[in-house]
Formats: sequence, C-alpha cells, structure tokens
Amino acid sequence: MEMKGQALLSTILALLAAILLLASTPAQRGLEIAIEADRRDTGFRDLTAELVMILRNRHGQESIRDMRNRVLEVDGDGDKSLVIFDRPRDVKGTAFLSFSHKSGPDDQWLYLPALKRVKRIASNNKSGPFMGSEFAYEDISSQEVDKYTYKYLRDETLDGQECFIIERYPVDKRSGYSRQVVWIDGAEYRTQKIDFYDRKDELLKTLTFQGYQQYLGKYWRADEMDMVNHQTGKSTKLVWENYKLQSGLKARDFDKNSLKRVR
Amino acid sequence: MRLKEFALLGLFLTLSLPGAGSLQGQGLELTGYVALESRLFPQSPLLNQQFSGANVSFTAQPEFFFDFASGSQSLLFVPYLRADQRDGNRTHFDIRELFWLHVADNYELSVGLRKIYWGVTESQHLVDIINQTDQLDNLDAEDKLGQPMVNLTFVRNWGAVDLYLMPYFRERAFLEGEARLRAPVQINTDRPQFESDSKEWHFTWAARWFHTLGIFDIGLSHFSGTGREPLLMPRQSEAGDLALIPFYHTINQTGLDLQATTGGWLLKLEAISRHGQDNQFFATVGGFEYTFGNIKGTGLDVGVLTEYHYDERGKAATSPFDDDVFLGGRLAFNDVQSTDFLAGAVIDRDTGSAFLNIEASRRFGDRYKIEAELRSFLNASPQDPLFVLRKDHYLQFEISRYF
Repeated sequence: MEMKGQALLSTILALLAAILLLASTPAQRGLEIAIEADRRDTGFRDLTAELVMILRNRHGQESIRDMRNRVLEVDGDGDKSLVIFDRPRDVKGTAFLSFSHKSGPDDQWLYLPALKRVKRIASNNKSGPFMGSEFAYEDISSQEVDKYTYKYLRDETLDGQECFIIERYPVDKRSGYSRQVVWIDGAEYRTQKIDFYDRKDELLKTLTFQGYQQYLGKYWRADEMDMVNHQTGKSTKLVWENYKLQSGLKARDFDKNSLKRVR
Repeated sequence: MRLKEFALLGLFLTLSLPGAGSLQGQGLELTGYVALESRLFPQSPLLNQQFSGANVSFTAQPEFFFDFASGSQSLLFVPYLRADQRDGNRTHFDIRELFWLHVADNYELSVGLRKIYWGVTESQHLVDIINQTDQLDNLDAEDKLGQPMVNLTFVRNWGAVDLYLMPYFRERAFLEGEARLRAPVQINTDRPQFESDSKEWHFTWAARWFHTLGIFDIGLSHFSGTGREPLLMPRQSEAGDLALIPFYHTINQTGLDLQATTGGWLLKLEAISRHGQDNQFFATVGGFEYTFGNIKGTGLDVGVLTEYHYDERGKAATSPFDDDVFLGGRLAFNDVQSTDFLAGAVIDRDTGSAFLNIEASRRFGDRYKIEAELRSFLNASPQDPLFVLRKDHYLQFEISRYF
C-alpha cells in the first residue's frame, strides 16, 4: 500500500514536472537555469584570492597586473567586493571597493594611496575597461540574477560537457552589451563560456573558463578566465590562485575605513 | 653640485635601485619610488637673486611595512628625501609616516606620524587640516608633513568616528633665496610666533564623523588647536631689515564635506567655519564633476568639472580662492599605460586673475611613470595672492621609478 502510494506520488510529480517543462517558455527556462546556478553558489559566505591579470595586445606584447580580491556575500543583496592592486608598482595600494545591489546602481569607492584619499566614484560607467584590460567593470562585478533577463536557446556539447545555452540581456541601459550567450554545464551549473555582443549586436568578446576546482565540497571556481576581444585582437587572461572560502571575513573588512589599511 | 653631475647622480640612483626590493616572507615589505624632476621657467625672475632657466630635483620615498600578530598589528615607515639642484631650502628630509597600527574587531588605534586626508573637491582642499602642507615640494598643497598623533577609529553602523590627539605641531616651511615660486619678501622662519604659550607643544585635537547614506557620503569634522596656516606678520629685524614672521593662531574649525554620487554626476561641497584667526570667517567650495564614460566604446572617459570658491575674508583671505571659479576637464584613456590628462583654470571673478594647470601622466613598462605639469599665472592682479608668482610659469617633467 505504502509502496503503491509512493509510486503514485512519484508518477504525479514526474508528470507535473514534465507539464511545467513543456509549459515553460524559453524565458522561464532561461531564468530557471540562472536561478539554479545562483542557488548552487550561494552560501560561500566570503572569499579571498590572488589574481594575475595578463594583458596581451594584438602583437602579443604582455603586461602584468597583480591583484588581490576579497568578496563578502550579503544576505538579500549583491556581494561586497574589494580589489587591491599590487602591480604595476605605481598603483600599489590602490583599492577598489564595490557594493553591488540586486537592482539599481552599485556603490563604488576608490582609495588613492598617494593622497590617502577615499573617493566615491560613479558606477554608471560599467562598460569601460577595468585597468586597461579586456574586462569591463560589468564583467568583473558581482553577477546577480536580477541584472539580466533570460532566454533558453538549446542544449549543446562543449568540450565533451553537456551544456545549456542561454541568452541573457542586461537590464541596465548603460551596459555595453546587447546580449550575452552563456554556456552552462548541466552537471554542475558552472559557466563555461560567454559570448558578448556589442550594442550593434556584433560579436565583441568571448570569455572562456578553465580549470574549475571545487571548494568546501560545494563551490566551483575557475583557475583561469580568458577574455578575447574579436574586434581588436587583444586579450586578457586572469589566473586565480589561493582561493579561500569561508575564511571569516566580516562587513568590517569591507568598510571605507578598511581601504586605508589594505596593503 | 653642478647640474650635469646632479642629473647624472639622480639618473643613476633612479635606474640602479634594486628591482623588486620586497623582502616578503618575513612580513617585511619594501616598496616606494625614486624620481627625477626637472622644471623649466621660461620667464626671467622677479628678483635678481632668483634663478633663471631650469632646475633639477631628485626625490626618494621608500615604504617599509611590517605586519605581525596575524596582520592585526603593523608598522609603517615612510621617509622622504628631496635633493634640489639650486634651492638649499627645497632640499629636505621628512618622515611622511611612521606609525604603529592595531586593528581590533570594533576599533583601530594608531600611534605615530600619519597623513590624513579629508574632503571631496578637486581644485581646493578646504576641510583638509590635520597635516601641515609641504609647500617646498609643490604648490598644490597635496604634499604633507607627517603629523604626530594618536588616532582612534570606531566604525559603527551609524558611521565611522575618528579621534585625533596631536601633542606636537609642525611649522610650515617656505621657499627662499634663489628659489622660484616664492614670495618676494624674506620670511623669517627662525622665530615663528604662536598665540599659545606652549608654542609647538600646544595640545591639538580633532574629531570626524564619516558616513554613507544612499547616494550621499558625508563628513563632519571639528579641529581645535594650532592652525596649520600662519598669518605672515611684518616685523623689523635687529639689523633693520623688514621680514615677515609666521604667526600661528589657536583656532577652532568646523568642517563639512559632502558628495552626492548619482549616475555620472558627482556633486561636491566643502565648507568651513574658522574661529580664532581674523575673528571668525566662513569659506566654501562646491561644484560638480560629470563623466562621459567609455566614449564610443573606445575606453576613453571625458570628465568635466566646475567648482566655485568663496571666502568671507575676500581679498584679505590667506588663500587665493575668495570668489573664484574653477573650470576643468579630465581625459582618462583607460589604456594599458593608464594615460591621463587633467587641465583646469581657477579664475578670480573680481580681478580676472587666472591660474592655469595642465597635468599629464603615463606609465612606461612595469615600473616607470612619466608626468608632465604646466602651471601658469595669467592676467595676475596686484590684489591677488598669486601676483607674486606672475613670472613663475613653469613646465615640469618628472620620471619616477617604482620598486
């Protein structure tokens, strides 16, 4: 009897799921994938990491930036993040603090060590390059679900992994992109690749993620991110090192006062 | 030292300093820069004794940082040296910073010489008062002498509060002799006068509350003690020469700095009310900055700035900013070399005197930066404090090597 009941329940649930799946529009399906990816990455609390940014021009000449990154998850809002520059040396000690919000503009401050000055900066220039790289401010800022609308396109195999392909459209009119096409693997919901289309809807950049590793048995972080600009031939590679999650950072480590003592 | 030898020495030091001087691993980190500055004054000077033509100057500012107790305590030591080709007074040594810092969960305590910045506006730093200005280095009042203090910081959800206890005062130095960019009268800094009998040991304190409320960043401050800006009093020396003697008043100054950040706009306001020097007066500077970001997807940012200055003392003010308008523009290429341009003019609304400033900077390779600076005093009126600098237009190039 009990067995029967369970089997019946399972059948009903499966049917319901199938109906929902069939009924869901590509927009709903895209949003569901984005929400699921976000849900799986929720709860890491805080993160510290070191990163090397390798900028290459079209002749292959490189310049290197060394940075440290700290992120704090905020319940019910976007993450707080702090980037501290170590190299090139003339910007050593410069720090970039950002409070991202689920909706509305982010709050951003810059610390200028020569003057000891904390300066609130306009955050609307999100399409501009970050540190002369191929990453725009909007590419490195916290990716909140509400910052885009979505459309599920299709499933596709990418480098042997089954992926969902979704298209997302920035809500903010000041974004430099008309749309982004995102490959997310079905096994772990990790972003594998993003194609960025400019405002004229021409392919501008491609970002690929490599060397995903799992931390605390749950959270996936890529060791390398490679951004190639198809229109200029320039590229920027980010190499991440020393990821530490749940190391106990507090809001205190992300206040404006803390900028003055980051080194 | 002759120019050539001097330039060669500077160049040698600039180029030969060890590459990555970091002694990381033991918790000690050495960074900093050495720089070679050259200034060219195209006009002949106001006074015969002032030099004509070019001047070369070498500066070094290493930073020694040591942290311990798992990062909760640290020591920072930043000595500063300038060696100037022509001006013995501009050649000077200072300790910009030397302090111990303890960071606890709910407060921060530091003891030593520190540099503190308050404020939001670009063309004048009005509320910024903790440190003495080092005007030997530059006119822009952005170089500061290290201020001895005990600084206690509390951060709460209603804002951050800083308390500064300052037992000792540091006098302002003035350019003299051969130097350009100086007043055409002798300033006798050997015998400064103080309103307080304790002189430079007069106890000074300050407090500041700083908070962010939505789009507003707001700072409220109060300073009580020896004013950093002296009045220059004419006095006859024993030899009968007329000289100016710096007089330091005991002042109380309340300051406000406020910025609203919305879209591409930054709206800025600074205001002070100072008691104890010229009785009481009010001064303010306010304006806006708007940035057109990433123009046509090129990465170029163009900023336009306007600020208005007012000082209740009028032409009797110690600063040139009594009723002036600042117009400026900023170009940031956001390229790999961080190429930047800044141009601005401060124009006196009564006299039409204008101070023109153009700055450019660009990184070369990983460790070098080249900066150029053009300063010009146009249409200078005898009523304006900048009148004495009317022959001192200059063009400056500086190459810095960071390590």
